[in-house]
Amino acid sequence: MSSVTALNGATSDGMITISDAGLMGMITLRGDLASPEMAKAVKAATGAAMPALRQITVGKLGRAAWMSSDELLLMVDYAGVDDVVAKLSKSLSSVHHLAVNVSDARAVFDLSGDVIRDVLAKGSPADMSVDALPLGEVRRTRIGQLAVAFWFTDAQNAQLVCFRSVGGHIMRWLENASEIGSEVGFH
Amino acid sequence: MSTRLATGGRLINRAKAVEFSFDGKRLSGFEGDTLASALLANGETLVGRSFKYHRPRGIVASGPEEPNALVGLGEGGKFEPNQRATTTEVFNGLTAKSQNAWPSLQFDVGGVNRIMSRVFPAGFYYKTFMYPRFAWKHLFEPIIRKAAGLGAAPSGVDADKYEYFYAHVDVLIVGGGTSGLAAALEAGRSGAKVLVLEQTNTWGGRAPVDGVMIDGVSAADWIADAVEELSRMENVTLHTRMMGAGVYDHGWATGYQRLTDHAPEIGGPRHRLWRIRAKRIVTMTGAIERPISFAGNDVPGVMLAGGVRDYITNYGTSCGDVMVVATNNDDAYRTAIAQVDAGLSVAAILDARVSADGVLPNMARERGIRVETGMAISKVKGSKIVTGVAICAQAGEGTPIEEIKCDVVAMSGGWSPIVHLWSHCGGKLNWDADQAMFRPDATRPPLGADGTGFVIVGGTANGHLDAASAMNDAIAQARKAAKEAGYKPAPAKAVKAVSEPEAMIEQIWQMPQGMSIKLQTKTFLDYQNDVKVSDVRLAAREGYESVEHTKRYTTLGMATDQGKLSNINGLAVLADSLNAEIPQVGTTTFRPPYHPISMGAIAGDARGDLFKPIRKSPMHTWIDENGGFFEPVADWRRPYCYQQEGESVKDAVTREILNTRQNVGLLDASTLGKIIVKGPDAGKFLDMMYTNMMSSLKVGRCRYGLMCTENGFLSDDGVVARLDDETFLCHTTSGGSDRIHAWMEEWLQTEWWDWKVYTANVTEQYAQIAIVGPNARKVLEKLGGMDVSAGALEFMAFKEGTIGGIKARPFRISFSGELSYEIAVPASDGQAFWDMCMEAGAEFGIQPYGTECLHVMRAEKGFIMIGDETDGTVIPQDLNMQWAISKKKADFLGKRAQMRSHMADPSRWKLVGLKTVTPSDVIPDGAYATDGTIRENGVKNMIGRVTSTYFSPTLDRGIAMGLIEFGPDRMGEVIDFPTLDGTIIKAEICDPVFLDPEGARQNV
Repeated sequence: MSSVTALNGATSDGMITISDAGLMGMITLRGDLASPEMAKAVKAATGAAMPALRQITVGKLGRAAWMSSDELLLMVDYAGVDDVVAKLSKSLSSVHHLAVNVSDARAVFDLSGDVIRDVLAKGSPADMSVDALPLGEVRRTRIGQLAVAFWFTDAQNAQLVCFRSVGGHIMRWLENASEIGSEVGFH
Repeated sequence: MSTRLATGGRLINRAKAVEFSFDGKRLSGFEGDTLASALLANGETLVGRSFKYHRPRGIVASGPEEPNALVGLGEGGKFEPNQRATTTEVFNGLTAKSQNAWPSLQFDVGGVNRIMSRVFPAGFYYKTFMYPRFAWKHLFEPIIRKAAGLGAAPSGVDADKYEYFYAHVDVLIVGGGTSGLAAALEAGRSGAKVLVLEQTNTWGGRAPVDGVMIDGVSAADWIADAVEELSRMENVTLHTRMMGAGVYDHGWATGYQRLTDHAPEIGGPRHRLWRIRAKRIVTMTGAIERPISFAGNDVPGVMLAGGVRDYITNYGTSCGDVMVVATNNDDAYRTAIAQVDAGLSVAAILDARVSADGVLPNMARERGIRVETGMAISKVKGSKIVTGVAICAQAGEGTPIEEIKCDVVAMSGGWSPIVHLWSHCGGKLNWDADQAMFRPDATRPPLGADGTGFVIVGGTANGHLDAASAMNDAIAQARKAAKEAGYKPAPAKAVKAVSEPEAMIEQIWQMPQGMSIKLQTKTFLDYQNDVKVSDVRLAAREGYESVEHTKRYTTLGMATDQGKLSNINGLAVLADSLNAEIPQVGTTTFRPPYHPISMGAIAGDARGDLFKPIRKSPMHTWIDENGGFFEPVADWRRPYCYQQEGESVKDAVTREILNTRQNVGLLDASTLGKIIVKGPDAGKFLDMMYTNMMSSLKVGRCRYGLMCTENGFLSDDGVVARLDDETFLCHTTSGGSDRIHAWMEEWLQTEWWDWKVYTANVTEQYAQIAIVGPNARKVLEKLGGMDVSAGALEFMAFKEGTIGGIKARPFRISFSGELSYEIAVPASDGQAFWDMCMEAGAEFGIQPYGTECLHVMRAEKGFIMIGDETDGTVIPQDLNMQWAISKKKADFLGKRAQMRSHMADPSRWKLVGLKTVTPSDVIPDGAYATDGTIRENGVKNMIGRVTSTYFSPTLDRGIAMGLIEFGPDRMGEVIDFPTLDGTIIKAEICDPVFLDPEGARQNV
């Protein structure tokens, strides 16, 4: 396949391991999140339930992350994303909404290790404690000077997404922040 | 002379010697020493020169309040000026240099200023350098620049790493003395998440030095137990070598963590700036001792009594063999007692109070120390080191009674609570006349968003100078903090702290009370900036009544120590001069940071390749590897041109233009903004955003549009495509994508919140590649997959499908006047599509081209560029773009503004083309047109200016666009453009469309 990610398979090992998560299907879905049509469409697209405030839900076909009071980020298989957008548009045709493929506008990172929270806390003003960012929540925030979102998939693993054009910068930032010798030991 | 004592020193490890150097001299100290204690242990009592008079200065204090002992630390990329010897831990290989002295500390030429001090009064700069006016720039300023500043600026790049850390806690406790530790235990036991910061490397603060007993054991033992218990609490985090630097709104505080200053060999970041969000900030920052204002109080060897005690007890270092104590309180007696108990002498204690019969004075008398009450220092003898003091009656004017030989003077004018952090965000203070101190007013704390105080102060910092009440207060305040943070404190458990009781302090603001003017001129308030009692009195006489004005006029408290020692003494002298009470004069403003922090810590990791994020297009790497000569375009880097082997930038641009006009060129246009606007009201919304009609655009078609601000000025432009009935794709300029998206959202969220429109910024979803030139269609036809013929894909239309197997949306739009397709493909496939085009286009002469080629080609066609033809003051009418302003629409953003009289004024400068009369001439960027007349103010009358100017290889001549007064009515006229070298370039006003006005080249 000719498609390449912004990170082009990059990996880095420091206090945590950082790697290119590869191509991921991503859809910006805007609309009335309280409507039954929306819940149904999200379920059909991802198998996941409608996420509540700051939550990320998981289904058989993908995940749904709460981005704002009228916006979700759906994560599905990259290859099938156009079909999912088409299906969403069809099933939501009766209600005001926007479903758009943003898969290629992003860079996605897999983070793994014991001190992910400390590394991210070097750049994100969000509360990184387990209480404030438990499993099942997504945090839209910034790292240093750039917008990012991240969520934990288990105690030792997290995913982070940023805009494609600055994927290289975020990679360098994460590498630098997880350099051995700069441990914090707070979280 | 100061020296190392044979025994003692609770903080040093005598088993481990440490080598360091001061002004090139190799010296030795012990692990645990500060640079100050190690210097004193080596008999180095002269450590610097003052700022203004270059007077010899020695160490005064033992902590961050130190005004004198500033050194340049390290070398090369590790050099840092103005480092306090008292807060610097020694390590093997430390190199320190004294500051503000030339050629040497012992013999300093600048010391001549001292002799001249009579001509440097308060406000010297303001009084002296006013006239003649020209002299400031040419005479005074260059000389002052040379003389100003303490340390040298580093010459190399900082070799160290720095970073931030964001922490969220329930209770932040600043200060790890016994109060801070007791508070941490209390808050910790409640279950709150607690972070405790201690600026030094040692827990416990002053209590062990002052012989405090807590719960029946020594302070040191109690501290060890407390730290042990706290480190077992999972909800408590303890950090030494971390200073609470500042308190800001919304419970925000900064912590300055010095990770490797004490041991550079351990590597990792040098400093970490913590940005802490706390529900409650508890400051247990203790107090600072005040000097006493007597003549010669800046001679090396005159020190704070508490500091002298610290050096003896903590570092086993004597500050002198024979001590004289000058005091107005009982606490200073502890220093005399420590001196005698260390086997050294105290010649006399001069207590300005009429009587001193408390426990501590009697303990001193029991040790045979001479105690003189009602007595004062008339004058300190000695210049580079104290040799003695002349004593006098405190009540008099300073007539010497007796001279006492000594080599150290320990002074104590009382203690001031460290209220800085309490006050940073507006916590108010009260004057406590009994204790002679400003102390926090608990009823007026800094308020958080909920209207309640978010800073709580306790212990000595709250004005409790005796150990017992400090401890009780610390515990009470910690319970309050835990409670307000939402936790339930455990049942109260009293902690009993005991120290010797102290009698009342007496307010002594100068010594002797009636000191003569002559003595005033030798009595220093601010050691670092050389501000004397006489300066403050002079300022008061000259009418400076406000403490803030006096501060700036005299520079009192404006040095790097921010007046930690001088502020209270200075404002007391000011109050006395003004015949006012101290609280009426008030304090100056306390601003963060409490103590200087490194520039590196403030910058954090934003340096080098992380300084500024650079946006990179999907083809960035290819461009970089293929001769791309980058220029910044907003946060992107775009190729200005592609240089071939041995080719100049100028030649590359010319080649790209000619090749694109004759064959075919390839442009990376991915940086163009792309915003989806969808909904039943999308057309109505875009009719408001753009000056022209967008709602009438047909599905599958494109239309160029202009956007204005509500003030009518051009803000952005671009092509809008209608994807379906409800969906539009709006292209913006490269620099405008985020701004225009935010602009749209602002209108939707604040004004037209009930319109059914959603937007999404999909700029980075697509790689956009323009194939431009007579052979453009041939390249696409060769790639195959879609009919892109003139009939199947008309000008200003787009299609969806695949090209060369990649999902593609070609727009038939042109910014060059050539046959042109802009093809949007998924960003992940951008490089593959680009490669395909280069390969398929090889036989048709395809070459990539950069932004300069793009600019020249659009100028040849008379197309405007946002940022060139517009500058925030230009309206579409100025650019003759009335055709893009709908007359049918009831409203659009900017419509009303454009009807205002000045906007509709026919004499506004208007866009025209400009042809240089000599074709090889190119008008310089930004040149103004003149009409030969001179204005009243003597400058040439300007009638317009150039907005874009290039040499056009296509036309083989200089071309330009410009805004000219009545320009469109003056076609054919030749006007003058004076240049910086004095020559004048003549240009003929013409139509701005220089090439192919019929559009024949693109309509194929």
